[in-house]
Amino acid sequence: MSLRTTLQDHPGFLVVSWRVTEGLLRLLHRPLAALGLERSSRWVKPVEKPLKRLLFDCRMCGQCILHYTGMTCPMTCPKQLRNGPCGGVQMDGRCETDPEMNCIWLEALERLAKTPYDAEKLRLNPPVDWQLEEMASWATLALGRDRVTTGSDAETRYASEVME
Amino acid sequence: MTARTPNSKLERVLAAGEFALAVEISPPVGPNKPALLRQAARVRGYADAFNVTDNQSARVHLASLPACILIQEAGLEPVVQFTCRDRNRLGLQADLLGAAAFGIPNVLALSGDHPVCGDHPHVRSVGDIDSVNLVRMIRMMRDDQVFENGQPIPKLAPEFFIGAVANPFAPPHDFRPLRLAKKIAAGAQFIQTQLIYNLERFREYMHQVVDLGLHEKTAILAGVGPVKSLAGLEFMRDRVAGIDVPEPLLDRFRRLSKDDQQKAGLDLACEIGEELRQMEGVRGLHIMAIGSTTVIPELVRRLGLHPRPDV
Repeated sequence: MSLRTTLQDHPGFLVVSWRVTEGLLRLLHRPLAALGLERSSRWVKPVEKPLKRLLFDCRMCGQCILHYTGMTCPMTCPKQLRNGPCGGVQMDGRCETDPEMNCIWLEALERLAKTPYDAEKLRLNPPVDWQLEEMASWATLALGRDRVTTGSDAETRYASEVME
Repeated sequence: MTARTPNSKLERVLAAGEFALAVEISPPVGPNKPALLRQAARVRGYADAFNVTDNQSARVHLASLPACILIQEAGLEPVVQFTCRDRNRLGLQADLLGAAAFGIPNVLALSGDHPVCGDHPHVRSVGDIDSVNLVRMIRMMRDDQVFENGQPIPKLAPEFFIGAVANPFAPPHDFRPLRLAKKIAAGAQFIQTQLIYNLERFREYMHQVVDLGLHEKTAILAGVGPVKSLAGLEFMRDRVAGIDVPEPLLDRFRRLSKDDQQKAGLDLACEIGEELRQMEGVRGLHIMAIGSTTVIPELVRRLGLHPRPDV
């Protein structure tokens, strides 16, 4: 049991931290926009990277969806799945690649249920833009760059839209 | 919107309200066209569509797309399979265009077994996108006529009947119907499930699926696979990711001699197939005869699913 897993299994603190961070980033939108994405990322990264590495084993994908995944980084999944667990999860909840490792998504969904964001398990998370790799997601979030996807407006974004 | 007759027989059979049947073919480990065509000849006419796996179990095989082209030439309707493990979006789109150019009507999008499970554990799992986004990408190519980068596909857009997979047996069980919903929302028109040996668990899953109304939004083909021996069943339980084999089933086989086990395997597949046909929300079967296609014609006939409807 590490600091990280303890915090993630009782995600209240992390959720509050995220909300505070998001609030701060919204406030900082103007100055960050003035700096531009590249420079904002360079300034923010020395703080963000070690902190998120410690707390989440962050892989710096640059388009963070931690609040949709129970504060569990989906890029730590060996298949880097962004939309839930694959069909290879072992009967005991371990990853098909490593009998010592719990399925990341199994953990993510359990934790998500303890946060106010459980409905986000139905979110269709778009594919990764690998150009953002190694960029500070605080910067991409603040500048809305993490939301840029290719897709029509009429597209379904949540699975609840097909459920009765 | 003008109604057009789908190219996909699988789609037409389902649209006509018939119980559909798909059969899986494993391509050869090698450029062995004659072996592939022998398999194809054995099962021709015994299903509405024939899946060819894509480096299944992360073991190298002749790729799904060329194998599909070959079996299509031999008169079988293919389902080309694409994993997210082996190709990035550029490669996937290029191959999808290739499949469309050959008129392959059905495509199945899946994550794929991780390389460490297979015979090339040292290679990178590409994972450029996941299976939900692969379904979405294929749907957008077909319906919005755009590539994944948002740019239009000039002139001809690919036409596909789009499928995805479901494994009701892997934890977390209560999320599996929701994962199905995500794939449906992304555009999955048919679903092929993992092999079913635990009917109780599958029944529970289908109850949840029906409660959510998902069975009306997509056509679920339940996975059935005849085994040839106790060892085969044990292999399923231990070496294939995500298969649930209940103890009582293994006990049943333990009591039998080797010779009787083969017959028992086929009988079991029939029993399971029959139960699945009666289950609400199941629109067809997906037969995966692991290792050997020779038993398929008999299985299909015993299930009363031969000849196939002519639609």
